[in-house]
Amino acid sequence: MKNKMTLSGWGNYPANQAIVERPERFHQLHVDAKNIIARGLGRSYGDAALNTDRDVILMERLNRFLAFDEKTGVLKAEAGTSLEEILETFIPRGWFLPVTPGTKYVTLGGCLAADIHGKNHHVDGTFGAHVNEFELLLANGSKRRCSPKQNPELFWGTVGGMGLTGIITEMALQLIPIETAYMQVQHHFAKNLDAVLAILENKQLDDRYSVAWIDCLSGGENFGRSIVMNAHHAAKKDLPAHISDPYQIKASKKISLPFYFPAWALNSWSVRAFNSLYCKIQKSKTSPFLLDYDRYFYPLDSINHWNRLYGKQGFLQYQFVVPFKTAQEALHVILGEFVKSKRASFLAVLKRFGSESEGFLSFPKEGYTLALDLPISGPELFPFLDHLDNLVLKYEGRGYLAKDARMQPETFRSMYPRFNAWQKIKADVDPEDKFSSDLSRRLRMEGKR
Amino acid sequence: MKKGILILGATSSIARAAAHAFAAKGHSLFLAARDEDELDRIAKDIRIRFRVEVKYASFDAEAFGEHPHFFQQVIQNLGGLEGILLAFGDLGDQKMAINDFNLSHRMIDRNFTGACSILSLGANYLAKQGQGFIIGITSVAGDRGRQSNYVYGAAKGGFNIFLEGLRNRLFHAGVRVITVKPGFVDTSMTFGLPGLFLVASPKYVGEKIAGSLNKSQDVVYIPWFWRYIMMIIKSIPERIFKRLKL
Repeated sequence: MKNKMTLSGWGNYPANQAIVERPERFHQLHVDAKNIIARGLGRSYGDAALNTDRDVILMERLNRFLAFDEKTGVLKAEAGTSLEEILETFIPRGWFLPVTPGTKYVTLGGCLAADIHGKNHHVDGTFGAHVNEFELLLANGSKRRCSPKQNPELFWGTVGGMGLTGIITEMALQLIPIETAYMQVQHHFAKNLDAVLAILENKQLDDRYSVAWIDCLSGGENFGRSIVMNAHHAAKKDLPAHISDPYQIKASKKISLPFYFPAWALNSWSVRAFNSLYCKIQKSKTSPFLLDYDRYFYPLDSINHWNRLYGKQGFLQYQFVVPFKTAQEALHVILGEFVKSKRASFLAVLKRFGSESEGFLSFPKEGYTLALDLPISGPELFPFLDHLDNLVLKYEGRGYLAKDARMQPETFRSMYPRFNAWQKIKADVDPEDKFSSDLSRRLRMEGKR
Repeated sequence: MKKGILILGATSSIARAAAHAFAAKGHSLFLAARDEDELDRIAKDIRIRFRVEVKYASFDAEAFGEHPHFFQQVIQNLGGLEGILLAFGDLGDQKMAINDFNLSHRMIDRNFTGACSILSLGANYLAKQGQGFIIGITSVAGDRGRQSNYVYGAAKGGFNIFLEGLRNRLFHAGVRVITVKPGFVDTSMTFGLPGLFLVASPKYVGEKIAGSLNKSQDVVYIPWFWRYIMMIIKSIPERIFKRLKL
């Protein structure tokens, strides 16, 4: 049954009405509508999973595990399967996700379509690198198996392809073995931006997972002060004796934000106070410590609807990457713009990326990425970000489509040099642009031979 | 000994959630529904998640003639039977059914006659065995006739009474019969329907269904407050009720 519903991404901006369907059986998945986008759990921030007045297919009920090889750790599952379900089922058996974003409430299909990255990107690459194969439902109703060997162009056009090549129906994902459900964490305090870059580049301090929380409000001598949070999966011998089952963790308490915060609650003063407190607490942890995977990877998942913190008007997440050669200057300039603008953001994250994915439209490339949340306080935010886009471009960087709700099509084209090649793949499998979204129309991502 | 539970109408989201809850407790399952491709996917999923034995076969509630053979097959496969969860049903389209008796007839077969047919076989088997259970999923719609869905309501109401009678009969044989009445649940039956409130997730309902075996209630409303909502609705005098647009 189809229904009109108002949908938005995790940023609550924009919110648009679409014709929504939610298949519960595999064979109910179809491509009869003129324009379709598949949607997972709606965790992309902007308009990637919106389709104003057109069709949206909710994939969340197609979440069956189809095969699991206990020897190799290869899991075959439907695209609507959430990472949460995979963790719940396979951690007790000694397996973990090869790549995970900062929330477990995302689907496999969403992870593939956005070619998401995690704190281990500099070591393990993006999600797509761990997908052995997937099945794609095409615009003409046929299905095609894709792997790096079989239909490689379509494979890498779909990895990071934002759902615009077809509907991902099921996939085979390589899980990684773990000895425990715990992480061995080491924090490093950096008093300013140069110090944090030095730590992130220091091979001695580096670890499989690495990310820095960075203060985007403080200027002067605290400009760019950060906490680097490095970690690796703890081995059995690292656990204290009182933990009898290495794969069992204490369930984290869940709280929920029952309503949208009023706009005045977040201002540069309250966020500044939070940042100082947070910095103080994290800074005090100077020696290595154990943390369960849930608290290390998904601290925000314990607060249901945390996106309501930014108020009804919603927020944008701005994430970009700049290559190493320009990074030092680029980060100084762009972070400087944020500090100057006093646009409150708690959650600014700095990370070093490893090499670029083969995905034609994949976001990560070698360099540094910075991500921060910006409440939509007024219309002047948009030209401010356009200005930042120009800076990112100047420094040969790019923005992330899964976070985007406002980028200009020309900017997008300059940031993604392989877009033309992608358009040919799109034209081959979807000549009438059946698979479209508000994002794809805004950025004019139609196929073109 | 855990011999296995037969789940009829196993492809619905409520049945799937209940199957998960049973499997999580270590029960083997036999899934039955019309759509075999779908059963295959659900069975694979449960085997991987819970590492229990899951078998399945196609079953058509309206094909009464085939029920005896089907039931025999289940017993052979499971080597016995712990109990039955009957989860099939069809909301149908009341507006169409008003003018087309064939549609009403189908709704009654799918919600009532089919249930009587297969549960009669199940009841006799369990009575002979002297233990086991039958859980029937009906609906709050069966508690009082309303103009918007009285054909479905009548079939479910009939099923309520059938279960009541079975409970009375099988009590003496040591077999439990539980009537489950879900309120609004977030399923394909209700997806996008206007005017719904306090909608429960299939997962919640499934866990409550499996959990009903550990409690003593004969008639279980899920969520619990539907008992009181229906109590109020049933207490409205007919001379007033008939004037309402429900």
